[in-house]
Amino acid sequence: MTRNQLTALLLCLATSFGAYAETLFINDATVHTMSSQSVLQDADILIRDGRIRSVGTDLSAPPDALVIEANGRPVTPGFFAGITETGLVEISAVESSVDSSLAIEGLRPEFDVTTAYNPHSSVVPVTRIEGYTWALLGASRSGSIVGGQGQAVSLDGGYQSFLGGKVLFIDVGADATEQSGGSRAAQWMQLEQAMVEAGSEMQWAPELELTLAGRQSLAGFKTAGLVVFNVDRASDILQVIAFSEKHGLNAVVSGGTEAWMVANQLAEAGIPVLIDPLANLPQDFDRLGARLDNAALLNEAGVTFAFSGSETHQARKLRQMAGNAVANGLPYAAGLAALTVSPAVIFGLGEDHGSIEENSVADLVIWSGDPLEVTSVADQVIIGGKMDPMVSRQTLLKDRYLPENVEMPRAYIKP
Amino acid sequence: MTFRIFIISAVLACLTAVSGASAEPYPSTYNPLPSGRVLIVNATILTGTGARLENGSLLISDGRIQQLSTGAVAIEADDVQIIDAEGRWVTPGLIDVHSHLGVYASPSVKAHSDGNEATSPVTAQVWAEHSVWPQDPGFHRARAGGVTALQILPGSANLVGGRGVTLKNVPSISYQAMKFPSAPHGLKMACGENPKRVYGERKQTPSTRMGNVAGYRAQWIEAQKYIQDWEEYEAKKDNKKNDRNGSTNKIPVRDLRLETLSAVLKGEILVHMHCYRADEMLTILDMADEFGYTVSAFHHGVEAYKIADELAENNVCGALWADWWGFKAEAYDGIQENIALVDRPEGSCAIVHSDSGEGIQRLNQEAAKAMTRGKRAGLEIQPEHAIRWITANPAKSMGILDQTGTLEPGKMADVVIWNGNPFSVYAKADQVFVDGALLYDRNDPERQPVSDFELGQQLGAAQ
Repeated sequence: MTRNQLTALLLCLATSFGAYAETLFINDATVHTMSSQSVLQDADILIRDGRIRSVGTDLSAPPDALVIEANGRPVTPGFFAGITETGLVEISAVESSVDSSLAIEGLRPEFDVTTAYNPHSSVVPVTRIEGYTWALLGASRSGSIVGGQGQAVSLDGGYQSFLGGKVLFIDVGADATEQSGGSRAAQWMQLEQAMVEAGSEMQWAPELELTLAGRQSLAGFKTAGLVVFNVDRASDILQVIAFSEKHGLNAVVSGGTEAWMVANQLAEAGIPVLIDPLANLPQDFDRLGARLDNAALLNEAGVTFAFSGSETHQARKLRQMAGNAVANGLPYAAGLAALTVSPAVIFGLGEDHGSIEENSVADLVIWSGDPLEVTSVADQVIIGGKMDPMVSRQTLLKDRYLPENVEMPRAYIKP
Repeated sequence: MTFRIFIISAVLACLTAVSGASAEPYPSTYNPLPSGRVLIVNATILTGTGARLENGSLLISDGRIQQLSTGAVAIEADDVQIIDAEGRWVTPGLIDVHSHLGVYASPSVKAHSDGNEATSPVTAQVWAEHSVWPQDPGFHRARAGGVTALQILPGSANLVGGRGVTLKNVPSISYQAMKFPSAPHGLKMACGENPKRVYGERKQTPSTRMGNVAGYRAQWIEAQKYIQDWEEYEAKKDNKKNDRNGSTNKIPVRDLRLETLSAVLKGEILVHMHCYRADEMLTILDMADEFGYTVSAFHHGVEAYKIADELAENNVCGALWADWWGFKAEAYDGIQENIALVDRPEGSCAIVHSDSGEGIQRLNQEAAKAMTRGKRAGLEIQPEHAIRWITANPAKSMGILDQTGTLEPGKMADVVIWNGNPFSVYAKADQVFVDGALLYDRNDPERQPVSDFELGQQLGAAQ
């Protein structure tokens, strides 16, 4: 029996009684724990009631467990899909299926995309079966420099599978000067005004930046929660650092094409960075410093960073992007961390997510080979302690068109 | 006045006729860069013809592939530079059939947006090469990814977007000096959502898919008439009797749009058609039959897997992405097995294309993903076969397979030495040769060209 056949068999068994199997036992895996345990060879993982109960060598499977033979294959925590619009968009160019941005002018930090999240979107399983168990729902810029709020979400298909606290998205730099009267300087002017209003009791007036609800929302981020700044140019990143320090915000830099140029300042300020490790073209004048070893340089400087940046439907490309970062000088373990433990820590989920440890949520992936390699795939995703059926609209289309010489129209093939 | 114009146009027509079609305007001025004799030994060689040579040797001389063999090669001359490629892989230079480098150059500011002449649904008269900015840093990034030739196409706003141009990926001040010698022009055409959206939003035709098809057909009818007019003119021209009989043999007015379209009908220009949906591709194949031309390749073809047999039967290539999907309705049914399924039938021609300044740097990785998905679906695909998706097959669709795209004696020495198996995320092009000239070396800054645009940027940060 080949490994593929074995996987198919296991999958079949899993789908038959997977929903009821509350105890899983992964036997003989190479476990990238992303914890102090590092990488464990020939290790086993016991999962019960949605959590990892133990990780180690020579564990024994309880009699009621569904045993999954890993045969030495790598197992990682479920990957972070980056900042995406998963579940907020079905087809990017079909406007009626897109809810991730607000075209109203004016700063509306109270705009919260999580209320639009649809776990039944085809994008959710397409992303999940490639090994991604969670994402950060992003509110993207449209009407103003404040995108609104998003939140991390488990891609387990639940309606309310949100994780951690709300995250505010703000755009600065050239990408958003259209929303700020043509100058990036006006972005800080608008944001300063918004901060003044956030804590104030002053009566509302039309020339003010925020609505009353917006004041409350923004005030909340002064005391808790993360503010993700989409910013690329080094000088703008320094402005983000200064602004966040002034107002006591917990900032995250996203984009960060030129973050390597101010890596020491970011490290000192403790501001984490989300980058697209493939950005190496001077795409505009904010990104002249784009280079493939951005991740490697941030890592050397001690900046906490994670990977993000794929278009929503292609969030699954993130591990390939990580592989490229490794090919360009990033240590392998750091590349894996930037898809797992680092984003979990950045978004305050480190307790439960991003590592394979006793009591962490059982979101993990058995890979056919090196998880950063383009010739590997996710063999089996386990999410919330359950075997994923590993089916998406795309696998069904594949199964419909794979058979040759079919007599009847393929519409009759319903895999 | 009228008479004088007539004289002038008659002279012009005579000049055209005399110089003939052979006098291609904006001709290639490409000259291979200096090269020596190079012998690569101990390499794993994927020839692009489907073969894989272990412990292979490759001799480059006079810019051409001279010899290819397994094992040691006896070389008499001592002027040969020997490269020991132990543990490394050698492939033909990669070829991208769908690039917008230079016409949508970096930085992608409005001033550099030169890819869509979106002012009329049919702009067969425009040539992408007249938009190409050779200083686009993307050309250098693509070369570092092993790309030695590429077709630059207009965008897909129009039913007929204009002529594409095939370039050698060499650093240059002019596109003419990059222009692939004797490569035919391509013609960019587009199905589906883009043209009908662009013009429909302006309350112009086409605003529907049926409007799209009516739009193409009307153009082909005009082109047929144009060919006929010129043929009639040419036939009568030397027949003095006609003049004596008082009939006027008027020279047809030269029309750049119809010149391009008629060249397609005469088989001189290759059609590269942006088309996503299976049903639309079949409509286009019928239209090609109706007007007697062939489609060289469907580009993007997110649903090509649904008609893989028809594509192979019609000898049409599918230039595809490994996994893009969902960005618009016609891209909703994308699957990761698309390339492998299009590749499956006998006589197929699957191509991995980029349409992206990032993707063109990693065509090998895209091919690796497509190969992997095929294998997972039970289709046995070896690297020596999959390499054809990014070498021989695009070369075929661009009409340059007789010159490049495989490692065969006599062909241009467009060659990449990889640091290992190119079907890996960790693979890097160590050395890239174009016509035998070493244009990129990963370990030699002297062989890493930089565009004028990038020179001296950010000196302020050098404190």
